[in-house]
Order: sequence, then structure tokens, then C-alpha cells
Amino acid sequence: MELLQFARGPALTVALAVFAFGALWRLLGVLLLERRGVYSAPRPGAPSIFASALAGIIGKMWPHATFLKQSLFPVLNGYLFHLGLAISVLLFAPHILFIKSISGLSWPALPSNLVYGIAVVTAVSLVAALVHRLTDPVLRLISRADDYVSWMLTFLPVVSGIAAVSHIGARYETLLAVHILTVCALLVWFPFGKLMHAFLFVVSRGETGIRFKHRGADI
Amino acid sequence: MTIPSTLGEVLAQQGVSRRALLKYSAYVASILALPAGASRVIAENLAKARRQSVIWLSFQECTGCTESITRSYSPTIEDLIFNLISLDYHHTLMSVSGAAAEHAREAAMRENKGKYIVVVDGSVPVKDGGVYSTIAGQTNLAMLKATAKDALAIVSVGTCAAFGGIPQARPNPTGAVAVSEIITDKPIVNISGCPPIPEAMTGTLAYLLSFGKLPELDHLGRPKAFFGETIHDRCYRRPFYDKGLFAESFDDEGARKGWCLYKVGCKGPIAYNACATLKWNGGTSFPIQSGHGCLGCSEPKFWDQGGFYTPLAAQAGVSGELVGTAAVAGAAMGGAAAWIARRHQRSHLAEVEALDRSPPAKSKG
Repeated sequence: MELLQFARGPALTVALAVFAFGALWRLLGVLLLERRGVYSAPRPGAPSIFASALAGIIGKMWPHATFLKQSLFPVLNGYLFHLGLAISVLLFAPHILFIKSISGLSWPALPSNLVYGIAVVTAVSLVAALVHRLTDPVLRLISRADDYVSWMLTFLPVVSGIAAVSHIGARYETLLAVHILTVCALLVWFPFGKLMHAFLFVVSRGETGIRFKHRGADI
Repeated sequence: MTIPSTLGEVLAQQGVSRRALLKYSAYVASILALPAGASRVIAENLAKARRQSVIWLSFQECTGCTESITRSYSPTIEDLIFNLISLDYHHTLMSVSGAAAEHAREAAMRENKGKYIVVVDGSVPVKDGGVYSTIAGQTNLAMLKATAKDALAIVSVGTCAAFGGIPQARPNPTGAVAVSEIITDKPIVNISGCPPIPEAMTGTLAYLLSFGKLPELDHLGRPKAFFGETIHDRCYRRPFYDKGLFAESFDDEGARKGWCLYKVGCKGPIAYNACATLKWNGGTSFPIQSGHGCLGCSEPKFWDQGGFYTPLAAQAGVSGELVGTAAVAGAAMGGAAAWIARRHQRSHLAEVEALDRSPPAKSKG
């Protein structure tokens, strides 16, 4: 129980503090930048800035027909593990109770067995994403340590969570402590690595949409 | 009439048949998760076993452990066997005997040197020399050390003896510690629980008598047969947890329908004990079956785990103050970074504009 108390006490506090500090630093550091000047008139029929940003965010959620065939697997697999992660994190009853305890917010949960199954699929999907990264020559060439660290720190909480629920490898409280510690590692890394895309993808895609639509380019 | 020397003779004299002994042995073998053949070994060894000298020390405790073992559903053969061990000293039961009881303890220690079992219930206060609990003018600390010196093994009964229990709860004014923190050179079995299940106590003693050794223990020194699985894993309400059906309070529809008590603070997932299988009062019920969540009383520091009615997942000791301060600092850093970038952008733009305004250099030649 000592390890568990450490994990959900000091370790989680420090991890959340680092996460809050780093995420707000990076997010406000980007959002408060001076917008680039617009020195040309928009193309006729260009939508509003808001609509352009929305078009950029939504339009980029599916690859262009030209690249569909070659990017079908990474896109579908990407959706699989992103949705799996969202469900596992946000719709598992113990997670909701934890979030409620620190924020007061609560919502209905999915059946625990269903979330467990989704978490297993998510883990498999994450492994598939890594295999794809390692076997695709271009992807491997452009991959950096950040990519692998981000993958590992996303994968570990999933597998440690599965192990904790199914009591694989050690006692429940030890597995729970390990699960929380892996989440702590994820939180600490999150703002400083590529995982920050969870927040920044909206900003970058929105900005891209605004520029493209201003010039009359298709998204 | 001859005085019986073995347990088998005592049982025969009391009218307990060999068939009944075999049935009991099979029961003990099953609750200890031993192979079928072990029941025969237990029966044979129990019949041949001499009455085991037991010295029962009660320290900082509430007598609940003694209540539990003496008020187990009776009459059963395990009660008989427990009665038929030679309980040479029991502080609570013999307290009215005064000095005579202490003499009985000393005599049992002398006569069974190296062979007697010491059962301890209650934690041991060590602060200020252990003056917070004394028996016959002797501190618990001194009595434990003296009694354990020539013991065969020690059985720490109850969470107080096993892990410090309620006396050790914050702020622990008496400096209460577990037996294992004082005695480090003797085999110790911890049978935790507040109180422990009677069958866990009698079953462990039966194993000791039958095999002359300790049963397989977990990392906290508890018999795996009784403490190998969590309450949650063996709970009859587990299917409701898996389906995501929870009682939100003790008087809602979920509670009436017998749904999982996880959200009202049940500690079943981290409590290793046999309550969900052996149950209490002759296998009648156990706390969860009666509508209350498990308190996790068989676990160390269960009293200081953050509230009996707080869900397990909601017991994070996160300091909101530190996280809030970090968030404010992060926002300030972000603002400062953006401000510096803006200044850089403006000075760069000014330089570009200045270059645009300056007359073009005349070409030579």
C-alpha cells in the first residue's frame, strides 16, 4: 500500500502540477502570439475566419482522395486507438470517480467489461501503429526519439491498466500503483513532447484552414 | 481413566468418530486449497498430534479477535480441536486469576521450551518504553520478548497484531507497532482482519499441527489459502461491477437491487481475505452481503486509507494548491514567452520596414 499511497499522492500531485504548468505555458505561448498580418484581399467567396478554421479542422480529419489508399491503414488505426484511448480514459467508472474527486465533474460510465475490451483493442492498435512506424521506410526515417517516447508513455498506462483490472503479473494494489505511476510519467511528458498535439492540432489545423481558404485553396 | 496424550485419543474419548475427523480434515484441506490427498495426511497427523501448548497474549486490542474465535458457529469439530489444544495462558479469559495466570504462562514456557505457539492479538506500544499497556506490572513489549524467546512460532491474530491496526492509526499516540516489528527471529504467521475469520485461525492452527510447519504465506506473512484473493474477485456482486451497475447511495434503487458497492466506498478490490467465500456466522453472510462495503480491515493501515465511504478511485491525495500554483506559473510563463516573441516579431518587422525605406545602394561600375 505504501507504493500506492506514493503513486496517488505525491507522485500524482507533482505530475499534475508539471502537466498544468507545461500545457498552459505551451498553449498560451502559442495562442498569445501576434497573428500574422493579412496583406491581401481574400479570394471571392472565401468563408469567414471561423468557418475557414472549422473547415481546416474537420477537412483534415480524412486524407485527400489522392493519398487515401496509402494512408488508409494509419488513418483507420489512428482513429481506432484515439477513440479507444478516449473511451478507456473517460468512460471507465473508476476513472470518472477519480476525475470527480479532483474536479467535481461526473458523467455516466460504460460497463467495465466493455471498457476492458476496448482497452485491449486499443493496446493492440497501438502495437500496430508502432510496427507500421518501424516498417514504413519513410515514417522510420522521419521518426525521432520523441515519437518513440510518446508512444511508449501512451502504451504503458493502457497495458498497466489492463493488467490492474485483470490482476496479471502482480497484486492489484501494486498494479494499480504502477498504472498510476505510468500515468504520472505520461502527464509529465505530455506538454513537452508530441503528445501536446492533443491540444495543438486544433490550433494548427485551424490556422492552416484560415490561410488556405483566404487564398481560395481547397482543403 | 487414562489421560489421553494425543488429539486422536481426546477426540475418541469425546465421542468424535474417525469419520467426523476425516470430514473435518477434508474441510480444512479444501479451505487451505490443498490437494485431495492432503486431507488424509491431516487426519492422520491430527490424530497423532499431541495437544499443542498455546500461549495467547492480548495486548492493545478490543477483544474482538477473541470474541470472533470463541463465538465461531458451534458446536463444530474445529471448535473442539481448538478447545483441545492446550491453551495454557489466555490473558483475557484468565484475567481474574491474577498472578496464578502469570505462573501458568511461565510454567507452560518452561515445560514446552521451544515447542509452544504464541498467539498474539493486539499491537504492542513501544513509545516511552511501552508504558501505555502493561499486564501484571510488565509492559507488553517486555512480555512479548520474554514469551517469544523460546516459542516454536508466533501467530499474530487480527490486524492490530499483524500490522499495528487501529492503535497504530494516526496519530498513533502510544507508538503501536506490529509483532513482526519486534520479533524478527521467529516464524510468524499473520492472520489479519478486524476481527479475523474464525476458520482462518483454526485452519492455520490445524495446518501447523498437521504438518509441523507454516502454510504458504503471502508477502505480508498471511496464509495464501485465506488471503490469496481479493474480496472483489470473489464477491457475488462482481458481475454488477463488470456491467457498470453501481449503488450510488445506501438507499437508492441500486442498493436495493444489490448492485456493486464500489461507488459508496467498498475496498473489496484491495482487501485480501476470505470473507466472500467462507463468510461469517456459519457461512450466513458477510458485510457486502449485508449491504455495506468492505472496509479492507485485513490490510495494513486500513484505518488511514482516506475514508470508508470514499470510493477507492477517489482517494487520490492530490494537492490542489500545488497544481493550481503550477497552472498560474505556467500561464505566466506562456504569457511571458508570447510577449518576448511579440517583441522579437515587432523589432524584426521594424528592421524590415527600415530596410524598405532606405535608398537602394548605388551599383559600382
